[in-house]
Amino acid sequence: MTLSEVTGIAGDAGNFTVTIKEAPRYVDVDKCIACGACTEKCPKKVDSEYDAETGKRKAIYVKYAQAVPLKYQIDPDACIWLKKPGACGFCEKVCDAGAINFNDTEKIHEINVGAIVMAPGFETYDPTDAKVWGYGVFPNVITSIQLERYLSASGPTEGHLVRPSDGKPVYKVAFLQCIGSRDENLCGNGYCSSVCCMYAIKEAVIAKDHVPGLSTSIFYMDMRTHGKEFDQYMERAKTDSGVRFVRCRVNGVEPDGDNGDLRLSYVNEDGRQIEESYDMVVLSVGLQTPKHVLELAKTANIKLTADNFAATSDFAPVQTSQQGIFTCGAFAGPKDIPHSVVEGSAAAAAVAELLAPARFELSTDAVFPEEREVAGEEPRIGIFVCHCGSNIAGVVDVEAVEKYAKTLPDVVYVERNLFSCSQDTQEMLVQRIKEQKLNRIVIAACTPRTHEPLFRETLKAAGLNEYLVEMANIRNHDSWVHSANPVAATTKANDLVRMAVAKVTFSSALQSVSVPITQKGLVIGAGISGMTAALNIAEQGFAVHLVERTDTLGGNALNLKQTWSGEHIPTAVSRLIEQVTNNDKITIHSNSQVTKVEGFVGNFKSTVVDEKGVRTVIEHGAGIVATGAEAYVPTEYNYESITSVITAIQFDKLYELGEMHVRSANNFVFIQCVGSREKDNMYCSKVCCTHSVQSAIALKKEHPQRNIYILYRDMRTYGQRESLYREARKLGVIFINYELHGKPTVTENGSSIDVEVWDHVLHRPLKIQADLVILATAIRPLEDASDLGKLYKVPLDGDGFFQEAHAKLRPVDFSTDGMFVAGMAHYPKPIEESVAQALAASARTVTLLAKQEIALDAIKATVDKEFCDGCALCVDVCPYHAITLVDVDSMNGSGEEKIVTVNKAQCKGCGLCQGTCPKRGISVDGFTMKQINAQITAALAA
Amino acid sequence: MLDTKKVGSVMIVGGGVTGMQTALDLADSGYYVYLVEKTGAIGGAMAQLDKTFPTNDCSM
Repeated sequence: MTLSEVTGIAGDAGNFTVTIKEAPRYVDVDKCIACGACTEKCPKKVDSEYDAETGKRKAIYVKYAQAVPLKYQIDPDACIWLKKPGACGFCEKVCDAGAINFNDTEKIHEINVGAIVMAPGFETYDPTDAKVWGYGVFPNVITSIQLERYLSASGPTEGHLVRPSDGKPVYKVAFLQCIGSRDENLCGNGYCSSVCCMYAIKEAVIAKDHVPGLSTSIFYMDMRTHGKEFDQYMERAKTDSGVRFVRCRVNGVEPDGDNGDLRLSYVNEDGRQIEESYDMVVLSVGLQTPKHVLELAKTANIKLTADNFAATSDFAPVQTSQQGIFTCGAFAGPKDIPHSVVEGSAAAAAVAELLAPARFELSTDAVFPEEREVAGEEPRIGIFVCHCGSNIAGVVDVEAVEKYAKTLPDVVYVERNLFSCSQDTQEMLVQRIKEQKLNRIVIAACTPRTHEPLFRETLKAAGLNEYLVEMANIRNHDSWVHSANPVAATTKANDLVRMAVAKVTFSSALQSVSVPITQKGLVIGAGISGMTAALNIAEQGFAVHLVERTDTLGGNALNLKQTWSGEHIPTAVSRLIEQVTNNDKITIHSNSQVTKVEGFVGNFKSTVVDEKGVRTVIEHGAGIVATGAEAYVPTEYNYESITSVITAIQFDKLYELGEMHVRSANNFVFIQCVGSREKDNMYCSKVCCTHSVQSAIALKKEHPQRNIYILYRDMRTYGQRESLYREARKLGVIFINYELHGKPTVTENGSSIDVEVWDHVLHRPLKIQADLVILATAIRPLEDASDLGKLYKVPLDGDGFFQEAHAKLRPVDFSTDGMFVAGMAHYPKPIEESVAQALAASARTVTLLAKQEIALDAIKATVDKEFCDGCALCVDVCPYHAITLVDVDSMNGSGEEKIVTVNKAQCKGCGLCQGTCPKRGISVDGFTMKQINAQITAALAA
Repeated sequence: MLDTKKVGSVMIVGGGVTGMQTALDLADSGYYVYLVEKTGAIGGAMAQLDKTFPTNDCSM
C-alpha cells in the first residue's frame, strides 16, 4: 500500500484495527505500464526528493527508474491541472493506457491485523538552520546524501562530480563529520548517528575513483568504524586511496573569494591554526526521527528515548513499550544497513512468536488448473508482439515483425498487443493458448528479469507448463538502444524473435523439484544468542536442539554485569536459562560438540558427541551457528608481571566484590584497544569503549575525587551510547587520545604503576601514577571455529569470525542454504545486537521450518550418463558444492566406474558445469546445448 | 490474551530495507502482510545510495 499512512490504531496485541489514509495517486496502477510518455510531456518541473534536490523531476513522475511498484504518480502540489482543472492535462492526452485519473480521491482503509511493525526509518539532518556551515547559502556546500546522488550514474550529473555553482570539475573536497550528531548546541542531537564515519570514507574513496587525483580530507572527532571489516576499509582508504584524515572539529565554513571556493579554519593536532581552501565541502549529516514519525509514535502510544528513538530493552530490542507493536531499523536507534536488515528479520521473529497460533490462517496459495501434457505434440508456437505503448512500436515496425514471425517454422499464431503485460491481455493470452492449442509461447516484449515470472504464471493459468515460454527482449535490447535507427531495430527485432522461436522449439516441460523438510531446528552454542534463537524457534512451535560445548548455559554473558543502558545482565540471563530449560520443545545437549554433518537444506543430519563419547544423530531442517567468541588474554602492558594491571572483565568482578585494592585506589587508568585495531587484528571489538566509560562513571560517582584516565584511539560510544561519554566528561573523567605509533607504556614503580603517554593537548609526554590499570581487551574469534565451518561448509572471514552470505543484505544467512549465524560468532557485538541477530536467525530458520517442503526452481543441472566419464572437472567449478563424484556399476557390466551426480536441492542452475564439461555430460534444464545451439544457429542465419 | 482470537496478518509501517525484510520473512513463514509505505514506491533511503561498502555493489 503506497502513499499510505497510519492514522489510527485500536485494539490489542493479536487483534488490532489500523486506520490507513491512502493519498490519491491520480494514476490508475492497474492501467499504468510506466512507459513514461506522461513525464516527457509534463511541463512542470520541481526539485526531485529522490535526488535530494540536486536534480529535477516532473509533476507526474516515478520516484526512481527501478521503483516498485513501477507506477507513475502525480504530485498534487505541483500539478498544473490539479491546481486549475482544464489548464494543462497533457499527460492524460498522451497516456495510451488511459491511466490518468484527475478525479482520484483520498481513501480510508480499516485493516484488521494481529501485530504491527514500525519501520518508518529516519530523515537526514537539515543543516540549513545551523547557518555556520553555509548550507543553502554557498552552493558548493552539499550534504552527504547529495554527494551520493552526484556520484550515482542515475543522479543529476550521471556520476560526474562537478561543482553545483559553476559545473567545474572538483579537485579538492572536504568532509565535515558529526553535522547534526554529537552536537547538543547547534542541532539538539546529542547522540552519534553511527553511520556517517563509514559512509564518508566510502564516499571519499568512490569520489577518488570518479575523479583521478582528487584530494579528499575527512575532518572528524573520532572515527567510528566499529562494524565488521570497517577498520580494514579505513586503513585501505588511508594507504591505498590516499584519503586524508584530520582529527579536529571544524567550526564553520566561509567563502574564499568570489569564485565559489570555500575556506576552512581549524586548529591542527600540533596546536597550530590552519586555513585551507576547498572546491567543495560535504556535510556528513546525521540521522534523526522525522516529525511525522513522532506523530506516528503518539498514535501508537509507544515510548521514545530522550533522543527521540523508539524505547526498547537490550534483551528485547524490537519490542516497543506496547504489546503487539514492534520496531526495527533506524527508528529503534540510528544504525547501518546490515544492522537494520538484522532487526527487520528480528521483528519478524517477534511477531511470529506472538501470532504462532494463527500461522497460515490468512496466507493464501494460488490455485492453477491441471497441466496439459505436451511432450508428444508437434510444436505449436504462439508469438505475442508487444507495442509497449510507443516504447517499442514507436521505433520498431511491429507490423513487419508480426508478418515476419508468421513465416517462422512451427509458428501457428501471431498477435500484436498494445501492452502484453496488462491484466486484460493476460486473460486474452490464456484464452488464445487454449483455443489455438498452443504448446510453446514467445513473448516479444521487454526483459525476462522483470516480466518472465508474470508470463510463467499466465502459462500456468492456461494449463501449460511454465517453462514453455521464451522472451525476446525487443525493448531494452532493441527499441531503447537503437531508437535512432528504426530500420535496423526492426531487423534486430526479427532476429531476436527468430532466436527465441528456435530455442523454445526445443524447450520441454520441467517439473520443479521439491524437497521435504525436517521441521526441526538446531542451534549450536548456548550463550545469549543461541538461547534466544532456540527459545524463539520453540515459542513459534518448532522442536529445536541446543548444543553447548560446556556444562553451563549462558556463555560470555555470565561474566557481564550490565548492558550499556544499565539493564542487569545476570537477572536477564538467569530468566533466559530458566525459560530455555523449561521449554519442552527445546532439547539441550550440554558438554557436546558437533562432529559430523551430512545432508543439505531441509534435511541435515548432525552427529553430536558428548563428554562420555555418546553419539546422537540430530535430524534438522536448518541450523544456527551461535558459538560466540572469547576474551583476549593480553601480553602487552606488563599484564603478566604487574598484578595491578588487570582486564576489564577482571575489574568488573573485583569491583562488584568490593575488593580492597579497588576500593582504596584513587588513580585509575583505562587503556583501550588492547589487542584490537592493530597488526593481525585489524578490527574493532565494539563494546570496550562503552564498557570502560561505564566503569569510569561508576567509579567517579562513588568517589568524585578519584582520578580516572581513559587512554583511547577513537572513542566509539556509538549511537545513543554517546550520552555515557558526555556524562563521563561532565563527571571529570579525563580522556587522552593516543595513536598507534605512540602507544602508552606501563611500568611498575614501587607500589604504584607509571603510565606514560603523549598528551596531544599539552604537546608533551604525560606521566600518570596509577594504582590500577584496566585493559580493555579485545574479543577474539574461537580458535577452532574453522572446524565447525568445514563441517557445515560455511566460511570464516580474514579475522576468523564466521562470514555471512552478503555484508549488507543477508547479514544472518550463510551462503550454504539452511545455515545461519548469530551473535559474536559473526563479529564482536553488544547484547542487544546479539539478541537481534539471534531473533533474525530464528526468523530466517522458521521461513524454512514452516513449510512441509521446499519447492525449488526447475532450472537444474542434469547428468547425461552416456557422456559423463567422471573426469570431475565440474565438481571443482560448482560454487554450491552441488556435484559429487560417485562410483556406479558400469553400463557394460565391466565393474565400477565413476560418474558425477547433482544434488538438485543445492544446484542453482548457474551453468558453470555445463560450460566446463568437455564431454557434454552435464547440462542445465531449460538451457540445454540443443536449445543454445538452435539459438546460435538462428542468430547466424540472418 | 488466551481468550482473544489472534489474527494471522501483520501490518508493517515503512517500506525501506528494514520493513521489506520483515515483510519477506513473515510472508515466507505463513502470515498475510500489509506493507504500508508513505511515498509512492518502496525502497527507502537505500535506493538513493550510489554504492555500498564493502563490495561497492550498486545499492539498487
